[in-house]
Amino acid sequence: MTDPRTAVAAVVDPEIRVITIDELGILRAVDEDPATGRVVVTITPTYTGCPAMDVIRTDIRRALTVAGHPDAEVRTVYTPAWSTDWISAAGRAKLAAAGIAPPGPRGDGTAVPVTLAVRCPRCGSPETEQVSRFGSTACKALWRCRSCSEPFDHLKAL
Amino acid sequence: MNGPFDFTLALGDDALVAAQRLGEWATRAPEMEEDIALANIALDQLGAARLLLSYAGELEGAGRDEDALAYLRDDREFRNCLLVELPNGDFAVTMVKLLLLSAYQVPLYTALAGCPDERLAAIGAKARKESAYHLDHSALWVKRLGDGTDESHRRAQAALDQLWPYHHELFAADPAAPVDPATLRAGFDAVVQPVLAEATLTRPETGWTPGGGRDGVHTEHLSFLLAEMQVLHRAHPGARW
Repeated sequence: MTDPRTAVAAVVDPEIRVITIDELGILRAVDEDPATGRVVVTITPTYTGCPAMDVIRTDIRRALTVAGHPDAEVRTVYTPAWSTDWISAAGRAKLAAAGIAPPGPRGDGTAVPVTLAVRCPRCGSPETEQVSRFGSTACKALWRCRSCSEPFDHLKAL
Repeated sequence: MNGPFDFTLALGDDALVAAQRLGEWATRAPEMEEDIALANIALDQLGAARLLLSYAGELEGAGRDEDALAYLRDDREFRNCLLVELPNGDFAVTMVKLLLLSAYQVPLYTALAGCPDERLAAIGAKARKESAYHLDHSALWVKRLGDGTDESHRRAQAALDQLWPYHHELFAADPAAPVDPATLRAGFDAVVQPVLAEATLTRPETGWTPGGGRDGVHTEHLSFLLAEMQVLHRAHPGARW
């Protein structure tokens, strides 16, 4: 039987499959009742309309069942609201290695976001430009490198 | 509106109907990037709508969940503002509408984030970040269209002239609500005025101020929208993917 925290932390994000939900910062808690063995997992969405949440809940329950914890419940909380600042250093490195530029520090959420230089995840050049403010998933924007011409995803600071 | 249920329902309906209208642009936007943008914004609105309608159902305590509220009410039971149900029109109409809506939703959700109701506060804190991005996006487009070619300026001004009367409804006073919409007017003006100025657009004079959405009295457009949105659920009650 695997420790439930370890089992859940290894679940990968279904839309960005190089990073775990723990590294992405959406896994908030894993609590096991020592008396009953019941596991309660608490997660939070990146965006309110994130269509991956149902898959993530299913993947968590499957991982816990495989790890020997079939009695599990997944709860979703919205406060405090997820921020890209919660993505771990390991998670950021994995994003970059997969060609997705990790987010910079976020603003306070009320002002118009300031666009800082985004480095190309392929060649490292800061000579990049935004092609589209929205990308393949709710959490990404589409950018292009002017040095090596590579288009790439950028996880938007939130 | 009066009380937390009606207030939450109205906000949820605003977001739901806005999502449905924005979704109509899928595969029809003027360029690929904008197609993705509008679909993403629709998804954010839908996400907020689900949270708000789910909570409204709990507040009501009659056993209605988000699906029952979204799919099994008729137009007279919807509490959304008229602005969001108006047809998409051309791209300028869509972007001016999104500007007016998000310039209202940002101060609204910000105020909600500080209200005593913990559930509404959590929804507000989450949704305001997304709305800030919608506001930024629509403001960029309104500036580009207004201060663009003669044709884009003409269309942007026509869109503003058409939609401006409908924004007054958003700020109708409701002192009993968790957040009184009248208190959001200053935040709206502070954002919209500079955008219109930079876009070289003329703010219309206050004249006709249509309303009634919060009381369930809608334009003819809403029932057509609902017919399309609800048909599958009503034809196959309880169906699941």
